[in-house]
Amino acid sequence: MSVLDKVVKNVTEAVDHAVHPQHGSHPHPVDPRAGAVEPLLFELSDPGRIGVSLPDDDVPVAPLPAAHLLREHLDLPELSEIDVMRHFVRLSQMNYSIDSGFYPLGSCTMKYNPKVHEDVAILPGFAMINPMQPAETVQGALEVMWGLQEALTQITGMDSITLQPAAGAHGEFTGILIIRAYLHSLGQDQRDTILVPDSAHGTNPATTTAAGFKMITLKSDAQGNVDLEQLSANLNERTVGIMLTVPSTLGLFEPNILEISARVHRAGGQVYGDGANLNALVGHIRPGDLGIDVMHINLHKTFTTPHGGGGPGAGPVAMKAHLAPFRPGPVIERYEADGAVGFRPVMPEQSIGRVKAFLGNFGMFDRAYTYIRHLGLRGLRRVSENAILNANYIRGQLAGTYWLPYDRINMHEVILSSKNLKRDYGIKTLDVAKRLIDYGFHPPTVYFPLIVEEALMIEPTETESKQTLDDFCAAMKAIAQEARENPDLLNHAPHTTKFGRLDEVTAAREPNLRWRPAAPKS
Amino acid sequence: MPYIPNTDADRQQMLASLGLTRLTDLYREVPASVLDPAIALPEPLSESEIMAEMRRLSEKNCDAAHYATFLGAGSYNHFSPAAVYRIMSRGEFYTAYTPYQPELAQGTLQWTYEWQTLICELTGMDVANAGMWDASTAMAEAAIMATNITKRKTVVVGSGVHPHYREVLATYAPPHGVTVQTVKATADLDNLGSDVACVILQQPNFVGTINDLSTMAAKIHAAGALFILVFDAISLGLLKAPGELDVDIAIGEGQSLGAPQQFGGPYSGMMAVKEKYTRSLPGRLAGMTKDTRDGKRGFVLTLQTREQHIRREKATSNICTNSALIALANTAYLALMGKYGLRRVAEICYNRSHYLAGQITQLPGFTLKNEGPFFKEFVVETPIPPAELNHRLLEHKIIGGLDVSDLLPNGWLLCVTEMNSRQQLDGLVSALRAITGAAEGQGNGR
Repeated sequence: MSVLDKVVKNVTEAVDHAVHPQHGSHPHPVDPRAGAVEPLLFELSDPGRIGVSLPDDDVPVAPLPAAHLLREHLDLPELSEIDVMRHFVRLSQMNYSIDSGFYPLGSCTMKYNPKVHEDVAILPGFAMINPMQPAETVQGALEVMWGLQEALTQITGMDSITLQPAAGAHGEFTGILIIRAYLHSLGQDQRDTILVPDSAHGTNPATTTAAGFKMITLKSDAQGNVDLEQLSANLNERTVGIMLTVPSTLGLFEPNILEISARVHRAGGQVYGDGANLNALVGHIRPGDLGIDVMHINLHKTFTTPHGGGGPGAGPVAMKAHLAPFRPGPVIERYEADGAVGFRPVMPEQSIGRVKAFLGNFGMFDRAYTYIRHLGLRGLRRVSENAILNANYIRGQLAGTYWLPYDRINMHEVILSSKNLKRDYGIKTLDVAKRLIDYGFHPPTVYFPLIVEEALMIEPTETESKQTLDDFCAAMKAIAQEARENPDLLNHAPHTTKFGRLDEVTAAREPNLRWRPAAPKS
Repeated sequence: MPYIPNTDADRQQMLASLGLTRLTDLYREVPASVLDPAIALPEPLSESEIMAEMRRLSEKNCDAAHYATFLGAGSYNHFSPAAVYRIMSRGEFYTAYTPYQPELAQGTLQWTYEWQTLICELTGMDVANAGMWDASTAMAEAAIMATNITKRKTVVVGSGVHPHYREVLATYAPPHGVTVQTVKATADLDNLGSDVACVILQQPNFVGTINDLSTMAAKIHAAGALFILVFDAISLGLLKAPGELDVDIAIGEGQSLGAPQQFGGPYSGMMAVKEKYTRSLPGRLAGMTKDTRDGKRGFVLTLQTREQHIRREKATSNICTNSALIALANTAYLALMGKYGLRRVAEICYNRSHYLAGQITQLPGFTLKNEGPFFKEFVVETPIPPAELNHRLLEHKIIGGLDVSDLLPNGWLLCVTEMNSRQQLDGLVSALRAITGAAEGQGNGR
């Protein structure tokens, strides 16, 4: 069968399956080389193939260290360059990405990644410098970091910042350690409890534990806000502070935020701001004005450094002046000497120490700085306005079709629920998500926040057009209709993809985490 | 604005559909006192203007494309085949996120499984996770993991471990109630206390020395502790693998494997363990499984009950996003290098660094200080302060080694990779001769 015939057959089967879903699998043996699945690098390997050209010896060969220090085997695959290139291109074609379509993954801010950023990041003056170089040889890089420090402090309304943390969760950990060091400096080591709303991302409670504190969960009220009475009841001399996501993971602006931070401060606590949702605020609202003492910023969300298939990110931490002496370093300082301006790394005096080797994820700093300088304040304000408008538009379009747990103006994301479809037709959020794939969309975040049953967390971002949102909403409505008329179609979705639902239960029960060559047949 | 497609007409229609008239209506739950404060940012630039500005700033740096560099110390100027960048810059890879929907992310999931396998092959270990932020944070997480496994609270770390990694460990340890002890010589490991959770060593150590670790695991295990080894990925083309040394947790920096140095990050942390510690691993794991539709092979994220989004405050690590794109570069690099290439790169680093060490130590006042064989880095004592030497080498278009005067008087840590041609090595030697010769001349004149 030719490749074309196979494709036609696959598509025909997929369509057939979608129209006449059948129960049970129809196993047919798959040859990994037949094009149905991409072979592993190790299966493609052919002894003797070489994928690189390396220089010949131009110096005398030095005697090797003693044999017992050396390894005997190194079983890496053997491939030529074309084998490797085609393998990864084929793998890339099995991915969905922002460059290929709408990716409304709530709380992840999957906005378009401008291409000029990639050109900036590979300039040799940025890509080919060592973090241990003397400051006099990296003035341009230090200036970029200083400029980013300044811009982010302005945007957040804070006094000071460290760029060092590698990701949002790392920033949270850093921020809580800064609070810990500050309380210690006041002799308040008895404070050991952090309040975390039940809508929080899982990293907040995990961070609390990693920083050596206990956690109390605050229940949200019926409007999705922090319950002020419960808050006050839990504030005392043991309180380290509160971790608040602003806007909340419910996509809502906490209308009592000023009162919450005032109460926490009166009890001697600190307010930690999870900046995952800064895209809703940028240019219009500064977390520093809301009573937040310290916060992290996800450069890979708001400032559109690429998500990379799961990182790298960067999680700078911005803070008020009273916490600044404790921040990890080095941080970048601007100075003037002999009439000239220079930049140098310095360690804050009471620093908690390094949280990472070197200065931080510079490859994210140059991209984020480019974005901020490119857009300016005017552009950043349009970012948050359009992000909020897009999310509210989706709410308006889908409110009658899906259950809306909080019927009020939302910020940059909207939480819907398939609770109604589950009740009426037995269709779960997972089924809706998988069916969206057939319509060409990446599903939203599902089953989060945990406090909303059958949650669908939709964050469109500002980089999507009304036309895309209309197409998405039409698909969501069509799926709701299918739930009524042909629920089986949803139970088995997706149908049009190369891969159907994968067996996660077996994967966890009998973990196969690495390839091993088949045992030789005796 | 190029990144916002909606027009004013679109916005009006969208607002009208919500019964609103202007954008400010969207902010009515926000207290007026905090809305629209003054924010001082530079004026916006066009794309060509911002590119020119960033190019101008980049050209203020001395980079390895325009200078011969002999600086390593945890960030290395190794060769990366052109195909690696072409692979990692495919939008399908770099504009995707964590593979939450496996049907749409088989590309990411399969290469992650391949990365895990490659790291196992490289290290001789049983299981590797999907990667950490970098080696420094991976090492700190490994230490915390060892305290959780052994229920002990002391971490012993060798002074030959990268100083930044040790500083990160010192930051991570106290909130976990963990004490860190630094030991100078490997002999100090004979009498490990009963509260020692793990011993962390680095091979080659920070100044490039290859230590004989063949009896180390037995000593550490006899005390009931875990052996954590920080390895140099390129050195594993030649040196004994951590698995062959009976290491429990192997930690490495992925930057050397095809990723740019970019001033210190993003990098990728490698973490590989013995099979029995699989469920104690932080971070993500890709596993092989089957498509329920037709039984064909596929991949998913698995064993997620270890992770923070399920375990919340009971999680032992808060890591979420890692450094996938750099791990992809590492995967493509190892695939291209293969069995032959990695060994060959290691040999070139070894031969050229020994050639340079031989030449430099023939200069008056330069002495080799490594106690034993070295791999691609070595430390010399210099006749004039290394900081001054480094400054003067810039005139010769050379970035010198790291000033390690805090470790040893006038200590200078040099690094040689396959990117340093013989011409560069000889160029450094003649520049040093010129610089120190002048210094000697001044001295004699006094």
